[in-house]
Amino acid sequence: MRAALNGGLRRIPIRALWAGGLIPLALLVWDAVTGGLGIDPIRDIEHRLGRTALYFLIASLAVTPVLRITGVSFMRFRRALGLLCFTYAGLHVLAWAVMDMALLWAAMARDVVKRPYLIFGMGAFLMLLALAVTSNNLSMRRMGTVAWCRLHQLVYVAAPLVTMHWIWALKTFPLEPALWLAAILVLLGLRVAVPRPIRWNVAAVQK
Amino acid sequence: MPLRWSDVTPKNDYLNRRAFIAAGLAVAATPGWALTGKPSALSTDQKPNTLEEITNYNNFYEFGMDKTDPARHAGAMVTDPWAVEIGGMVDRPGSYGVDDLAPANALEERIYRLRCVEAWSMVIPWIGVPLASVLDRAGVQPGAKFVAFETLYRPEQMRGQSRPILDWPYKEGLRLDEAMHPLTILATGLYGDVLPNQNGAPIRLVVPWKYGFKSIKSIVKITLTDSRPMSTWEQMQPSEYGFYANVNPQVDHPRWSQATERRIGAGLFGGREETLMFNGYGDQVASLYAGMDLAKDY
Repeated sequence: MRAALNGGLRRIPIRALWAGGLIPLALLVWDAVTGGLGIDPIRDIEHRLGRTALYFLIASLAVTPVLRITGVSFMRFRRALGLLCFTYAGLHVLAWAVMDMALLWAAMARDVVKRPYLIFGMGAFLMLLALAVTSNNLSMRRMGTVAWCRLHQLVYVAAPLVTMHWIWALKTFPLEPALWLAAILVLLGLRVAVPRPIRWNVAAVQK
Repeated sequence: MPLRWSDVTPKNDYLNRRAFIAAGLAVAATPGWALTGKPSALSTDQKPNTLEEITNYNNFYEFGMDKTDPARHAGAMVTDPWAVEIGGMVDRPGSYGVDDLAPANALEERIYRLRCVEAWSMVIPWIGVPLASVLDRAGVQPGAKFVAFETLYRPEQMRGQSRPILDWPYKEGLRLDEAMHPLTILATGLYGDVLPNQNGAPIRLVVPWKYGFKSIKSIVKITLTDSRPMSTWEQMQPSEYGFYANVNPQVDHPRWSQATERRIGAGLFGGREETLMFNGYGDQVASLYAGMDLAKDY
């Protein structure tokens, strides 16, 4: 069962994940062009991009615990999941800067250093940016495995920051981002609770 | 799915229901329920937002926290019969009907800017009467200094009230001179028709120089008092929401800037506009706050 699943996963091209992962963007562009967004379309664009980025971030964080607990490996897809997250996060920041803030640079700069929700959000984005630019094979080789892994542990900081960015932007204490924050903490906790070495036949999984 | 005005349409239903109850027999309702208000010099000449925008982008947490929740769920609120209990330091306390407080021949159209504390804005053509006329009718006693307001509490019709998002029922308050100011109205209509439920039917406060949350909706209680009443948002987060809540670009919300605002309906690249002191009503109301430190009394 597990072997069959892993075998099936190996046959899925990474490009298919990219194609599927860009569907939310295509739907958003379609809605924006056809007037299918709500009364405040800028808010909807920002929120949908931000949410989708968070979903891909959580998916990429789930890869290791899923492998350790079930032996099913999505490891091949993890880089693409991370880059999809960064794509949506980048568009989210772009929508905020261009549409919401109308490129009022001074106001944006003041806000980014002063407002907790923007400090959290921009902090997380800069971390994701660092991970994205070093996500290629060349960077991995140049940096060496140890340094590369250490840098990419930044995702453990970025993920909770993203949900705090959401929580701090709202007037009342909201349930949904709090649940996502809890989910992230569970995923991070599982890394500690279910340690390496992986119990499953790693060689078979990675072949 | 985006919600359009045509999708909402519990309107005909509730209009019919109102007419049925009010008249005691079924009548063709819609034409009879149009409201007209005399034009007012206090109206802005800015272009009002569309009815669709005004009725599908609402903060009315009694029906849910999303901007589209009120349009979706406010149809469940029964607004007829309706009574407003006026009490406290008044000569004629009692239960008043909406038509007593806002009779058809007294209605005025007031096209006002609305600035939300969330840094967006609209222009809305309200129909209503000066709050001062209502308070005069009840007879304010000399010692009264403040006016307290309360929204309907009816969780079986207001689904948001079944969760403790805020301390229900919603409460607001004004200083008496703010309440008596000619700009302050009780609105019963919008765009030539009775107020849609999601906008605070059947009667709501509109104070155009204060952040929108001060303009309490679906009012059932007005109390004149000599001590400053606590308002719902102030009670929940006093460091972020003050009693006065005057629109003030120089005093930021602790978590976001109030210097600029985004006009709903301006489009994807409409940009932002500068927020004006007292939402642009400074000429009329700044004197109310002479000598006060508005950074402290925010």
